Amino acid sequence: MTLAKIAIRNLMRRKAKAGFLLLGLVIGVATATAVFSMVEAMTMDINHKLEKYGANILVLPRAESLGLSYGGLSLGGVPFDVEEIREQDLVRIDAIPNAANVAAVGPITLGVVPVAGRRLLLAGVDFAAAGILKPWWHLDGDFPGADGVLLGAEAAGTLDLGTGDSLTVAGRQLRVSGILSPTGSQDDELLFTRLSTAQQILNKPGKVSMVEVAALCTACPVEEMVRQIAEVLPNARVSAIQQVVKGRMETLAQFGRLSYGISAVVLMIGALVVLVTMMGNVRERTEEIGIFRALGFRSSHVLKIVLMEAAAVSAMAGILGYAAGIGATHFAVRLLSGGHPVAVSIRPEMAGAAIALAVILGLCASLYPAVTAARLDPNEALRTL
Amino acid sequence: MSFIEVKNLVKQYGTGEAAVAAVNGISFTVEPGEFVAVMGPSGAGKSTLLSVMGAMNAPTKGRYAVDGIDVYSLRPEQGADFRREFLGFVFQGFHLVDYLTVLENVMLPLAVSPGARQEKDARAKEALAWVGLADKASRLPGEISGGEKERAAIARAIVNEPPLLLADEPTGSLDSSTGRDVMELILRLNRQGTTVLMVTHSSECAGYAARRLLVRDGRLAADETDAGDAEVPKDLPVGLAAAGGGQSIG
Ligand SMILES: Nc1ncnc2c1ncn2[C@@H]1O[C@H](COP(=O)(O)OP(=O)(O)OP(=O)(O)O)[C@@H](O)[C@H]1O
Ligand SMILES: [Mg+2]
Repeated sequence: MTLAKIAIRNLMRRKAKAGFLLLGLVIGVATATAVFSMVEAMTMDINHKLEKYGANILVLPRAESLGLSYGGLSLGGVPFDVEEIREQDLVRIDAIPNAANVAAVGPITLGVVPVAGRRLLLAGVDFAAAGILKPWWHLDGDFPGADGVLLGAEAAGTLDLGTGDSLTVAGRQLRVSGILSPTGSQDDELLFTRLSTAQQILNKPGKVSMVEVAALCTACPVEEMVRQIAEVLPNARVSAIQQVVKGRMETLAQFGRLSYGISAVVLMIGALVVLVTMMGNVRERTEEIGIFRALGFRSSHVLKIVLMEAAAVSAMAGILGYAAGIGATHFAVRLLSGGHPVAVSIRPEMAGAAIALAVILGLCASLYPAVTAARLDPNEALRTL
Repeated sequence: MSFIEVKNLVKQYGTGEAAVAAVNGISFTVEPGEFVAVMGPSGAGKSTLLSVMGAMNAPTKGRYAVDGIDVYSLRPEQGADFRREFLGFVFQGFHLVDYLTVLENVMLPLAVSPGARQEKDARAKEALAWVGLADKASRLPGEISGGEKERAAIARAIVNEPPLLLADEPTGSLDSSTGRDVMELILRLNRQGTTVLMVTHSSECAGYAARRLLVRDGRLAADETDAGDAEVPKDLPVGLAAAGGGQSIG
């Protein structure tokens, strides 16, 4: 006969009570687990998408402006010519230390061209890299050849052209090889040709206006890659595209804050359930506690019995709550992501945290009932029965 | 120095106008190995006296010492230890823990004492055998009779081999025949050296004791001691009547 055995025997006897206690904590822990792993899964999903699709580093020409100041007195800036990026320099990107993390390098040569009396934006791109850099592109037709052109949805509408039609761009005859489905981006208004075609038309041989780079990695050192690329392209301005990521992350963070708030409330309610149930439990066990005390149990022994019961139930609630939370996450993430699979990670440290949370909460909520039990006057406790 | 010293003991419940002195200035001493019956009308303060002597009810005034230990000067935790090491309790209502088996109930006082599991197990079984309940060890309290419950309660009270047994109407809820069985157990325990203080309403039960204290209105009204063993009831089994009984529980 040990204190632990007494605790367990009592729990076994009051299965309904113990079950209720368990449920209160399980709901709380499950909610917290679900919210936590849901936010985690969605964050990972977003990161995954960002890695997989689209550029996340942008290389632009440096428009130099040397600040001239002396002793805090500004003498104004002296603008220099915009130095365009040379296409031949781009191979250096393949030689940076993190080159293995580069999924695609997409040079773009931009320029304004007259087409049928309008001025439109022409973009020469590397269509091989477009698959990675522009995953949202869906086209009706094919990528253009040397004398072909791909039209944005809006440009095609404005020019009233379809696949197979011809148009003259800055005096050069091009055949429409395909039309982009609307993307909702600026791409809709553009004409796309091969890089070399655009360079010829725009008279910018070997020059590119900007370069999109897709970095491919989990927790990619994008900043570090930016630094490395800037090193090999000293005349260019290299930056990470973070707006998109930041925007999405902000939304997710808001969702996270709300969800954490809700789970905190649910956990509080769970703790309250524990408090009330344990308090009732202690009152119900007045006689028994009186017996323990009369037989020579110290107050601390009684305290231990009550807290051990709480810890046992809480640990179980932690395990069950974690399992339920992960299950709920699988379900919810599938709903939220519109059917496409999102990995929900099952990590032992997360399970450990859930159990620890449950035990800490259960113990804290049981502290008052336990102290009440420990303070019971054995004489009174036995007299009342 | 006597084994038990009760001096000018006062226990008052409530305060001011509503104050009731359940025990109102009682003094007596008990020597080791005595068997004392406490008698008196209902409400006289017998249970109160016993709970004070049980280290569970601090007196308003007076001194209570066992083996030279001033019980109420102990810190609360030492008070609990004192109960465990010096006292065995037998309550009128059995007070067995209903979800623990008979054996586990008997082992309760050992749960918080040091020692190996097997040794505790053996001691509890020995105590159960001593009260004749060895075959009911794995039953729950709800599955045994009233007399058996009382015997289980006695086994639990003596498993720690306390020098002092306190019993409050141990036969109060038993029929006279089972009551006699229980009294014989207590007498046997006393013959083995345990000091016994027992509250009872029954003069038959009081007859087992060599000394009777009469309490009335919280005061000691009479204190009479038999001469020798003469008053031991005649129907006591021969084996038990022989001093010491040849049995030991430890
Ligand atoms: N905790 C308490 N609070 C207030 N009054 C009490 C308390 N305990 C006992 N009393 C009162 O003290 C007096 C003595 O009670 P006690 O239980 O000691 O009597 P008793 O001799 O054991 O009676 P009985 O033979 O009926 O068991 C009674 O008047 C009782 O009402
Ligand atoms: Mg009484």
